[in-house]
Amino acid sequence: MRALVLLLSLWMPAIATAASGSFTLDHAPIDLTDKASLQRGAQVFMNYCSGCHSMQYQRYSRTFEDLGIPEELGSENLQFNGDKPTDYMKRAMPETSAATWFGAAPPDLTLVARVRGADWLYTYLRTFYVDESRPFGVNNKVFPDVGMPHALQPLQGTPRESYEEVMVDGETVKRYVGIQSDGDGALSPDEYDQAVADLVNFLEYTGEPFRLESEKIGKWVLVFIIVLFIFVFLLKKDYWREVH
Amino acid sequence: MNAFLSWIEARIPMMRVANMHAIQYPAPRNMNFWYVFGFLATIVLVNQIITGIWLTMNFVPTSEGAFASVEYIMREIDFGWIIRYMHSTGASAFFIVVYMHMFRGMIYGSYQKPRELLWVFGMFIYLALMAEAFMGYVLPWGQMSYWGAQVIVSLFSAIPVIGPDLVIWIQGDYVISGATLNRFFALHVIALPLVIVILVFLHIIALHEVGSNNPDGVAIKHQKGSLPESEKTPYKIHEYYTDKYDIADDVVPFFPHIVLKDLVAFCVFLFAFCYILFFAPEMGGKFLEHPNFEIANQLKTPEHIFPVWYFTPFYAILKAVPDKLFGVLAMFGAIAALFAMPWIDRGTVKSWRYRCGLHKVNLLLFAVVFIFLGYLGGTPQEAWKIIASQVCTVLYFGFFAALFLYSRNENTKPVPERIPR
Repeated sequence: MRALVLLLSLWMPAIATAASGSFTLDHAPIDLTDKASLQRGAQVFMNYCSGCHSMQYQRYSRTFEDLGIPEELGSENLQFNGDKPTDYMKRAMPETSAATWFGAAPPDLTLVARVRGADWLYTYLRTFYVDESRPFGVNNKVFPDVGMPHALQPLQGTPRESYEEVMVDGETVKRYVGIQSDGDGALSPDEYDQAVADLVNFLEYTGEPFRLESEKIGKWVLVFIIVLFIFVFLLKKDYWREVH
Repeated sequence: MNAFLSWIEARIPMMRVANMHAIQYPAPRNMNFWYVFGFLATIVLVNQIITGIWLTMNFVPTSEGAFASVEYIMREIDFGWIIRYMHSTGASAFFIVVYMHMFRGMIYGSYQKPRELLWVFGMFIYLALMAEAFMGYVLPWGQMSYWGAQVIVSLFSAIPVIGPDLVIWIQGDYVISGATLNRFFALHVIALPLVIVILVFLHIIALHEVGSNNPDGVAIKHQKGSLPESEKTPYKIHEYYTDKYDIADDVVPFFPHIVLKDLVAFCVFLFAFCYILFFAPEMGGKFLEHPNFEIANQLKTPEHIFPVWYFTPFYAILKAVPDKLFGVLAMFGAIAALFAMPWIDRGTVKSWRYRCGLHKVNLLLFAVVFIFLGYLGGTPQEAWKIIASQVCTVLYFGFFAALFLYSRNENTKPVPERIPR
């Protein structure tokens, strides 16, 4: 069974389609069993995302329960708009203003990890860079001309494209190497990567909050089927012995 | 208990029907693994109906409520996600087993005389299943639901004169809208399932009238009085068959022999099914496409629009033809050609085991071309793919043309009188 699971999971990435255009995506270090990471991710989400983005299919109470956050603690630290813990995680910003301010209302993020994929999100949130030609002064590597400001800038600091000069056929060419922060953010580059990883981990969780439960049940189901198979196979063999 | 059963039996022929169509039904003993897919398709049909009923209890068939109600089922109903994934995985599983079932029919000549109607009923099931699956895919009202529906419904606009009006009639609106969702819901949960169940019933009745084919394509029913007692089957076979024919010692009763064999296959199938259900329900974006986790938006076209994988071979044929009307004709022609299989194949030898080498090559090439067309229709358009799908479209129809030509005077091997031991 292990071999089969391995075999199946090996070719899964091969058929997965990444909606990334030409930009190479970084691998997001997703671990849904890491509750500390999920809690930190929820914190980042509530502090930096939930003003504009809703999570309209996910309840606070469910989030607290799944992430191991006591309800009282959660209500005090992660709920800012006076909602009840059993409410859905709606955004703070009114719907109509959202469309006026950004051109289009910021999308709901409950399922964004299932639409975009964790790797895309992980790369996207780490590739904003200063571009004065854009309305919010920033642009993005994986989502060019995105209509979103760099909400995590207080954490990352001012991000700038960094280039190195290389010689190609005797000419000096500037080649993009990555994003570099001016260092005016609250986090170091490594800490920022970790914060984004936590946030993406949290988004991966909200996309399919029953993922771990599914795999837990699934293992027992597969074991049961194997046992059933053994009995059915032996019974079949016994009945067919006389036929051939 | 016996008295009670005979009381019932005297009023409705329960046991007689069960004996005739299941318990004492004669099945060839050499049926191999290719013969389990009909059984599996029935199981998947039952799965779709039962999980479908439960989904209906909480699904909201409006453009405002559909997407949210699916997420409600997935998140708030206890084990609702299992029901939903059983249904979504079941849809793809249905096509996998049906395609295997159809290919079985092709390699062993199960469409040939006297099983033409059996094949045609099967093709009608396939057609109804495609309509059912298409409408079901629209219901979650995600981006792919919406834009996939847009592409498929607009195909009807290619029909001369009435096309544009027909599209509006189908949609119930000038665009795909809540009205369309509403009627697709009605068709998906009532009309088409009824049609499919009736067709499956007819398919099975037709099968039991002509009898099951087998990998050697050898008849198991012989003319009454043509077999000596020693060559008749020792098993208890229903009088319905033994009164009309001599049943050779080449059969086993459907129960328990075939049922047990099918159950072994069922376990293997169930393992794969549950692996996908519990560990990879999106199947890398093939069973549940990524853009479909975003609510339908009339103003935002997805980067790439594909129908779900089981339609992509026909989608590739559609795109291979530069003209819309002829593209649509080619696509429907691809399905119509399958309908006509019993008359395109003019051979009398059923199984590919005893037919010419060209036939084997032709069948295998057809399978490869079909799968490759599926790949071409399900991945982003590139220049080379247009040419590739044109070549494959020609090869697809070439299969039928070649079969029609070589089957007339085919160099076949002698078919044994009885199933070889």
